[in-house]
Amino acid sequence: MRSLIAYLQARLKTVVTLCFALLAVIAVASLLVDTQHAHTWVEQHLPFFWSLFGFAATALIIGVARWFGRSGIQAPAEVYDRTLLPCEEEE
Amino acid sequence: MTSSFLHPSILLIAGALLLPFIQGPLRRPYLFLVPLLGLGAVLYNTTLAGSYGLVNFLDWQLVFGRVDRLATVFALIMALMAVIGTLYGLHVDRAGEHMAAWFYAAGSLGVIYSGDYLSLFLFWEMMAFASVFLIWFRRGPNSLAVGYRYLIIHTIGGIILLAGILLHYQSTGSIAFNLLDVSHPQPATWLIMIGFGLNAAMVPLHFWLPEAYGEASFNGAVFLCAFTTKTAVYALARACAGMEILVVLGVIMALYGMIYAVMENDIRKLLAWSIVSQVGYMVASIGIGTNLAINGAVAHAVAHILYKSLLFMGTGSVLYMTGKTKFTELGGLHAKMPATFFFTLIGCLSISAVPLFAAYASKSMIIAAGFEQHLNWAVWLLMFGATGTFIYNGLKLPYFLFFGTNRCSQATWDKAADPPGNMLIAMTLGATMCILVGTAPGSLYTLLPHAVDYTPYTAYQLMETLQLLGFAALAFFLLKKYVEPMDRVCFDIDWLGRQLGRAFLFMVRHPLQWLDTAWGEAYRVVGLGSLMTISRFWSWFDWHAIDGVVDGIARGVRALGGKVRVLQSGQIQVALFYLSSLAAVVLLTFVVSQLL
Repeated sequence: MRSLIAYLQARLKTVVTLCFALLAVIAVASLLVDTQHAHTWVEQHLPFFWSLFGFAATALIIGVARWFGRSGIQAPAEVYDRTLLPCEEEE
Repeated sequence: MTSSFLHPSILLIAGALLLPFIQGPLRRPYLFLVPLLGLGAVLYNTTLAGSYGLVNFLDWQLVFGRVDRLATVFALIMALMAVIGTLYGLHVDRAGEHMAAWFYAAGSLGVIYSGDYLSLFLFWEMMAFASVFLIWFRRGPNSLAVGYRYLIIHTIGGIILLAGILLHYQSTGSIAFNLLDVSHPQPATWLIMIGFGLNAAMVPLHFWLPEAYGEASFNGAVFLCAFTTKTAVYALARACAGMEILVVLGVIMALYGMIYAVMENDIRKLLAWSIVSQVGYMVASIGIGTNLAINGAVAHAVAHILYKSLLFMGTGSVLYMTGKTKFTELGGLHAKMPATFFFTLIGCLSISAVPLFAAYASKSMIIAAGFEQHLNWAVWLLMFGATGTFIYNGLKLPYFLFFGTNRCSQATWDKAADPPGNMLIAMTLGATMCILVGTAPGSLYTLLPHAVDYTPYTAYQLMETLQLLGFAALAFFLLKKYVEPMDRVCFDIDWLGRQLGRAFLFMVRHPLQWLDTAWGEAYRVVGLGSLMTISRFWSWFDWHAIDGVVDGIARGVRALGGKVRVLQSGQIQVALFYLSSLAAVVLLTFVVSQLL
């Protein structure tokens, strides 16, 4: 496992290129699949629908989480000093 | 008790009570044997159908062994989890921790096999009171407080459930644990649903879960992640299937848990938030209520127990070996913990619904059930949530924990290594089950409560999933600097408490303070002035009227005394003169009065 990861890390550019190629293959293949079993109109008629959905949903989730965190939901780690008793944590 | 039914809870409870007496080399075989016997009893019970373990108590008949397909599938996965969880913590010497875990598992199995609300409530409370020890046994600085909060919340939930049960009995005269009238929900139905919903971590009753599961001991969390919420899912599927509000609540859970998991810095809290999100899918599916939807909820519960326990075992290994759980104190661990990385990755792929892994076989069933009922709004939001699941669990967790920037201190890095053999074996078992369910979903589908006519491996669905995951991954790696972990905590419901506190403080500082000042000024001007005027009058009255009268009397008495003193000269002839004069006056007065 370690050697495989090291091998791939040493050829990161090739790995990234392969990933992009795979994405392109998936996107093109989605045009060839029979969409009759799709549940909604938009799935049937909008090419690359799920590719767009995945990309846009991720961007939106990351954006919303960032905005939400900065709107006062996130606070410094020591905001609560909850220590009650000095005791040793299990390791 | 009917002899043909073997109650696994009895075996687990008896095993737990005997455990302290089993010492030395027998301890580990015994630890492995007891949950295995429990699993054996559940397997034996799969050959049965109907009600067993009938006990007459007062006017009621308690049913400790209702065996049907819904109970069987949940009992099987819970018993299997008791085996895997115990195996994972086999090297833990503290008997109390194993006892708590077994009582907890016994409570869950007891609920699952209960055919009436009374025995259900008994086992329900057993779960709460046993599981809290799995938090306390962490013995961290916050464990005690977190455990007490967990216990208080679950006690409140139990009281709500009991109130619902009593109202239900009052209105129907029955304590049978069956489907409630969800189309015309009465107060009893709502209370029972809320009681179950609290254990299922329904938003806004979810806040106990991330805190408690993040604080549990490394092996306690493996039990916690499986039993409480999924037992509640079972109870909801049994009693509240088709209750429409559950669709809304489930979607809220799926999205709320997802957003918090994306923001979370603690690896185990991230998984805890993930439970809120994933149980949301089950709750929504139960709300849809069709046969396919109930099958989807049950299948997802089974898959979820498998991959979530695997993930908690992976992150528990990190905690056990390094003592750390924050992304900001970890990173790059694949080099030191390759086996842990491998098993955690299988859990990550399983929860992300990657083809050939567990959730692919279950989550798609829920989506299909939603579309079938034309609940498109709910399904789109659940698909949105599924993308989020892939982001936080399929990408963020493995990337920032095992790759990314290495933020380990030298001491943490030195301690990092794969965990002991028993923990690796337990993870192997969990990973195998995840792949088995994903590659051969039929093995799971045959256990589901309703007959299954569903195939997840269609060309369209495969392409749909691959597109969604592939392009979500692309977006993640382009935007990953925006989800870089930060050493910060996320406010949850406590945010609301803090806002209310701030509002109270503002109210005290501003309107109440102004009112107090205005009142003081008004008192000074109106009240104090009036009082001073009245006081001055009374002072004058006291001085001139009361003192005048008293002093006047005194002065009169003194003057009279002076006169009387002159009369008392001491000469007898003067005294006789005054006396005879007085007698003459009296006599004269008497005579005059008689004449008149």
